[in-house]
Amino acid sequence: MRLDLEGVTVEVAGARIVDDIRLAVPEGAFVGLVGPNGSGKSTLLRCAYRALRPDAGVIRLDGDDVRTMRPAAAARVLAALPQESAAEFDFTVTEVVAMGRLPHRERTARTDRDICAHAMESTGVAHLADRGFLALSGGEKQRVLIARALAQQPRVLVLDEPTNHLDIAHQLEILSLVRASGLTALAALHDLNLAAAHCDLLYVIDDGRIVATGTPAEVLRPALLADVFGVHAHPVRHPVTGTVQLLFDLLP
Amino acid sequence: MLRRPTASRSRTPLAPLAGALGLVLLLSLLCAVALGATGLGGAQVLRLLWAGLTGGTVPARDGAAYTIVWEIRLPRVVLGAVVGAGLASVGVAVQAMVRNALADPFVLGISSGAAVGANAVILLGAFAGLGVWALSVSAFGSALAAMALVYAVARSPSGLTPLRLILTGTALAYGFEALTTVMVFGAARGEAARSAMMWLLGSLGGATWAQVPIAAVTVTLGWAWLRRRAEALNALAMGDETAAALGVRPATLRRELFLVTAAVTGTVVAVSGAIGFVGLMVPHLVRMVVGADHRRVLVLAPLAGAVLLVWADLLSRLLLAPAELPVGVVTAVVGVPAFLLLMRRGGHTFGGR
Repeated sequence: MRLDLEGVTVEVAGARIVDDIRLAVPEGAFVGLVGPNGSGKSTLLRCAYRALRPDAGVIRLDGDDVRTMRPAAAARVLAALPQESAAEFDFTVTEVVAMGRLPHRERTARTDRDICAHAMESTGVAHLADRGFLALSGGEKQRVLIARALAQQPRVLVLDEPTNHLDIAHQLEILSLVRASGLTALAALHDLNLAAAHCDLLYVIDDGRIVATGTPAEVLRPALLADVFGVHAHPVRHPVTGTVQLLFDLLP
Repeated sequence: MLRRPTASRSRTPLAPLAGALGLVLLLSLLCAVALGATGLGGAQVLRLLWAGLTGGTVPARDGAAYTIVWEIRLPRVVLGAVVGAGLASVGVAVQAMVRNALADPFVLGISSGAAVGANAVILLGAFAGLGVWALSVSAFGSALAAMALVYAVARSPSGLTPLRLILTGTALAYGFEALTTVMVFGAARGEAARSAMMWLLGSLGGATWAQVPIAAVTVTLGWAWLRRRAEALNALAMGDETAAALGVRPATLRRELFLVTAAVTGTVVAVSGAIGFVGLMVPHLVRMVVGADHRRVLVLAPLAGAVLLVWADLLSRLLLAPAELPVGVVTAVVGVPAFLLLMRRGGHTFGGR
């Protein structure tokens, strides 16, 4: 299933946080959204998973306006990993993953259990089933949230900086999990090298506007990075995978 | 599916637990009817209950005892169970609604609003035209007015946010309490001030059969609605964005929750005053046993709340008999040690690590 954001605009107190953004995620692609802090990444993604209603623009799933879909119907095809962590309620891992079944109709306890168990197996958190979610490490939490998203049996996945606060092994692991799911995915990413290594397409967002689109090799050019991120970048090839990787300096 | 051999709170089977608690509630009801200041024998009370239920005959010399059991004790005990169940259920809902473990049914200012209305009746003789219903009607009316005020003030373009709700409720509660205090101090009659006090701390002393159906229906409907939305409450407890991503509209759900909790709290407060502790602690007690999943919590919380309040009310009329303690004092005295004991036993994380 493809995801299209068309002319999405969000204004907060008169300021355009997101300005007329057009973004397309083709079926099965892993699209990265990169940009500096405060560029509007999270705001744009929040529109995609319906936590925020854009002031203008349409979000389409396979051409259908999500606004015309019932919330549960939209949640059956699009799952999200938001960037929030409420810490008041001590749900177990099993309970957190089971929440992914909420939007589905015609469920039975048995199928729910099987689907959740399968999701937990595939993200490697089955052994944490009875642990409290709040007591998990950052990497474990993200894997549990991915399991919840998979239990939702969606066709599109939206992730808001899923690798934040994770060590490098866990960062790679989380993105491989997303890749392995084979779902259409849109992720805001902080780390340009991770984005370069994992994404099929990148959108660069700056000050609420998309300033560049293309494959990582096309997009991550020194001139653009100097312009958007204010850093001096040196592209090099990864010796094993051959993907473009960047080394950084401050601008002279 | 991978199952770990270790016992876990989430695997505690719910049905036996609920069944056992239901049985405990039934026994508690019987005990609470059987025990009291007049010293009727337990066997005699049971016989009178049975006679009333089956429509049997009662010897003339038991007439007074029959009246005590059926017209004084039983409605009070049943109302106690209903109020306890209502407060516990609403406590669960409010804590999820404002995503705050310290919230209770009264955090939204509803009870202190009700106190204004009730005290206007007690101290100023307002709404005298309504007769015996003046107190309940006035309390319920002012509870709803308080709720409307809190809602109007807390509303923002982004809906009812948890912090705005808590702050508005707390701030307005102070205002309502000030009003009540002014009325109490301004009242000439000492006895009236005492009954106002009793009402602020909660009491089931005024229970009559007439109050039971409306309270029971409101509490049951409110509970049924909450139980049906239990999974949505889970999502809401994780955060508004998570809820939205799971197909739950957080703003709409919070508005519905506000209405339901206000209606139940207003009704409960109108018949029994503001009984503290039950709505705050019973949800936590239950979560410590069965975990945070609202599908489970909402089955056990009303039962546990009912049991706690039935016993607390029994103690409140026995401890200083023939005088009565405010039942809120007893819920705290009974509940706090139980709560601390369970919390110390561990296994439950309260917010973060």
